[in-house]
Amino acid sequence: MDELNALFGGFAVALSAYHILLMVIGITLGVVIGVLPGLGGANGVAILLPLTFTMPPTSAIILLTSIYWGALFGGAITSILFNIPGEPWSVATTFDGHPMAQNGKADEALVGAFTASFVGAIFAVCLITFLAPVVAKFALKFGPAEFFAVQFLTFASFIGMGRGSPFKTIASMCLGFALASVGLDGVTGTLRMTFGQDELLNGFKFLVAVIGLFGIGEILCSMEDGLKFNGAAAKLRMDAVIRTWKQLPAMSMTFLRSCIVGCWMGITPGGATPASFMGYGIAKRLSKRGDNFGKGELEGVVAPETAAHAAGTSALLPMLTLGIPGSPTAAVLLGGLLIWGLQPGPLLFVEQKDFVWGLIASMYLGNVVGLVMVLTCVPFFAAILRVPFSIIAPAIVFVCAIGAFTVNNAMFDVWMMLVFGVLGYLFNKLRYPLPPLVLALVLGDQAESSFRQAMLVSQGNVGVFWSNWLCGGIMTLGLLMAFWPALQALRTKLSSNDAVARAA
Amino acid sequence: MIRTGASKARTIAIALAASACLTAPALAQQKWEPSKPVTLVIPAGTGGGADQMARFIQGVVQKHSLMKQPLIVINKAGGAGAEGFLEMKASANDPHKITITLSNVFTTPLGTGSPFNWKDMKPVAMLALDQFILWTNSEKPYKTTKDYVEAVKAGEDRQFKMGGTGSKQEDQIVTAAVEQQTGGKKFTYVPYAGGGQVAVQLVGNHVDSTVNNPIEAVGQWRAGQLRPLCIFDAQRSTYTAKVTEKEAWSDIPTCKESGLPVEYQMLRGIFTTKNAKPEQVAFYVDLLKKVMATPDWKEFMEKGAFNQTFMTGPDFEKWLTTAEALHSDLMKKAGFLATQ
Repeated sequence: MDELNALFGGFAVALSAYHILLMVIGITLGVVIGVLPGLGGANGVAILLPLTFTMPPTSAIILLTSIYWGALFGGAITSILFNIPGEPWSVATTFDGHPMAQNGKADEALVGAFTASFVGAIFAVCLITFLAPVVAKFALKFGPAEFFAVQFLTFASFIGMGRGSPFKTIASMCLGFALASVGLDGVTGTLRMTFGQDELLNGFKFLVAVIGLFGIGEILCSMEDGLKFNGAAAKLRMDAVIRTWKQLPAMSMTFLRSCIVGCWMGITPGGATPASFMGYGIAKRLSKRGDNFGKGELEGVVAPETAAHAAGTSALLPMLTLGIPGSPTAAVLLGGLLIWGLQPGPLLFVEQKDFVWGLIASMYLGNVVGLVMVLTCVPFFAAILRVPFSIIAPAIVFVCAIGAFTVNNAMFDVWMMLVFGVLGYLFNKLRYPLPPLVLALVLGDQAESSFRQAMLVSQGNVGVFWSNWLCGGIMTLGLLMAFWPALQALRTKLSSNDAVARAA
Repeated sequence: MIRTGASKARTIAIALAASACLTAPALAQQKWEPSKPVTLVIPAGTGGGADQMARFIQGVVQKHSLMKQPLIVINKAGGAGAEGFLEMKASANDPHKITITLSNVFTTPLGTGSPFNWKDMKPVAMLALDQFILWTNSEKPYKTTKDYVEAVKAGEDRQFKMGGTGSKQEDQIVTAAVEQQTGGKKFTYVPYAGGGQVAVQLVGNHVDSTVNNPIEAVGQWRAGQLRPLCIFDAQRSTYTAKVTEKEAWSDIPTCKESGLPVEYQMLRGIFTTKNAKPEQVAFYVDLLKKVMATPDWKEFMEKGAFNQTFMTGPDFEKWLTTAEALHSDLMKKAGFLATQ
C-alpha cells in the first residue's frame, strides 16, 4: 500500500490553512467562470496562470485545479436555470435540468447535478490514486483507429435520442457536420468552405453556437410565451438537499455507468463534453425510466454530470503521466507545469512525489470543499429564478454576448451568436432536435481527423477498425447501439405478430 | 556557503546588467513606453511550443516587473495561424501588439494562400531557434540513423509511418526533406493536432518515427521510451548537462554526420506591427533582452535544447529573407504550395 502512504504524505502537504484558503478562492472564481458562458475553465486558468509564477508549484496547482473544479460545478447552474450551458460539457445537463426547473424543481436539479459531479470526481480521483500506471499504459493503446471507434460509439449511443422523426435527427446532425468542417482541414492543411472570408478561418466555434442556439433561442421562445419563466413561482424549501439525496440511491447503476464512461473518455482523451453526451445517451437507453428523459427526470441530470466530472478529473491523468492534455484546461495547466520547472511525463511520479501526491490529495479536498460551498448556495441560485424576466433577460443577453466575444476576442462571433439564436428558435418551432447538431459540431472534426488518420495508416483499408480486440470491440458495440432501436422495433413487431398468430 | 555567495554575486551581476540595458538605450534615443496594455498574439493553439514560450515570457515579465503596462496573451490559431497574422496585418498602426512566430509565418501563406507575408509586420528580434530531432521508439531495433534509413530503404514504399504536427507545416517539410535521402521510398505522413500527442503516439507504436521538437519528447526520452537518432542542425547541441542517466543533448549526433544531410530549424521570433517606429521597436528589443537575462529564461532554453541565436535589425531581416526562400523551395519540391 505504497500509494496510501504517499497519499497521506500528500494530505500533509495539502492540508494547511493557506491551501484551504486557496481552494476556497479558486472554487469561488471557478464557479463564476463556469456560470459565465464563453469564459470557460481553460480561459480562466490561462488568465490566472501568470499570477501563480511566484508561488511554490504545489500551491499554484492547488489554486488552478480548484478553479477547474469550480468551473466544472458552475457549468450546471445556468444550464438548469436558463437552458444556457455555461460550459460545453453541461449541454447534456440542459436536456432534463431545464425541464426540471420549469416544473418548479430547480433546487432538486441543482443538488442532483452537484452531488453527481462530486461522485464522478471522487471516483476518478480514486482511479488516479491507485491505478495511475496501469491506466497510463492503457491510454497508450489508443491510435487513430481506436479514437475513431470511441467517437463512433458516442454518436451511436446518441442515435434515436430525439423524439419525433428520425429524419429530422439526421438532418440536424448533418448540419452540425457541415458547420464543423468549416475552417482549416487538419489532414490536408488546406482551407475549406471559408469562401475567402477571413472571419471563417477559425470555423464555427462550438461555444458560440451553443450560447446562441440554447441561450438566445430560449430567450426568443420565452418572449413569445409572454415574458416569463415557467416555474418561476416555485417555492423555495430548505430541505432540498435531503429530499434529493433520498432519491439518489435508486440510481446507483446510472452513477456507476457514468463514472466508467467518464473516466474512460477523460483518459483516452475524449474529454468531458463527449463523456457527458455518452453518459446521457447510455442512461436513457438502459434506465427503467428512460422514456421520461427529456421531460425533467433527475436521473437525466445525474447521468451527464457524473460522466462530465469524472472525465474532467481523469483528464489530468494523461497530462501528468504522458504529457498529453485530456482537455483544453489540462493543456493550459501543462504549460504551467513547465513554467514552474516541472517536466510532465512518465518520470513526474518518481521525481516529484511531493508535488504529485499533494495534487492528488488536493483533488479529494478540493472537491469536498467545492461540494459544501455549492450546496450551501443552492437556495441562492434557485432564487435567481424569482427575478422578473424583463430584468433578467437583458442581463442574460448581455452576458451571452460577452461570452461569445471572449471565445475568440472577435466581434464577428457576437453576430454569429445572434444568427445561431434565430436558428435555435426556428429549430424549436419546427420541432427539429438541437442535441444532434451540437454533438456533431463538437465531435465532427475530431471524428473526421481520426477516421482519415486511420485511413492513412491502413492505406485505405476499412478493416483497420477491426484489426485488434480493443478497437473492434468498441466498433461492434457502436454498431449494436446504432441499430438498437431498429432491433427493438423488430423484436416487438415479431412478438406482436406471434401474439396475433397465437390469438388466431 | 560558498555556493550561496556565488549565486548572490551572480544575481547582482544580472541586476546590474539589466539596469545597464535599461539606461543605455534611453540615453541614445527618444524613449517610448507602452501607454496601454500590450497584446501578445499567439498564432497557434494552447499547449504547443509557441504558446508555452509566449506564456513563459509573460510570466517572466510579470515576475520581474519588466514592464509598467501588463502583457496580455491571446491565442488566434484559426487557419494554421493565419487568423493571428491577419490581425497583425490589419492593426498596422497599433504598436501595442506583438506576435510570436513559428515556421507558420512562412508555411501558412504558402500552403493555404492566406494573404499575408512576414513583411506585413515589423521584425523585432529572433529569440532562439527550435530544434528538430528524429525520434524512434526505444523498443525498436534502430540504434542509429543509418539503421533506420536502411530499414526505410529496404521496406515497401509508404510502409514506414511518420507522425507530425499539422499538415504542410514544419514537421511535414522536414519529413519531405528526409524522403529525398531514402532512395525513393516515401513515408506515410500522419498529421496530428499537437506535438505532445505525436510523442505519445510514437510511444504507443502507432507511428514508426517522429521529428518532434526536443521539449515535446524529452519526458519520454528520460523515461527510456523514445530514442533520439539525430538532430537536424549543422552542429551538435551545446548543452552538455546529463538529461537522461547516460546522455546529454550534446551526445545526439547531427543528422549530417550520421549520413542524412538534412538541416532544419524553426524560428522563435517576435514581430510587432508594420508601422511601428524605431523607438517602439527598440523598446521591445530592450524588453526581450531583459527577459533573456533572467535565470528563468536560461533554464527554459536548456530544458528545450534551444539553439540560442539572438538577432535584431538588418541581420534578422536578412535571415528572414533567406528562410522564406528556403521554405518556398522546400514546399515547392514537396508539392505543398496552395497554387500547385
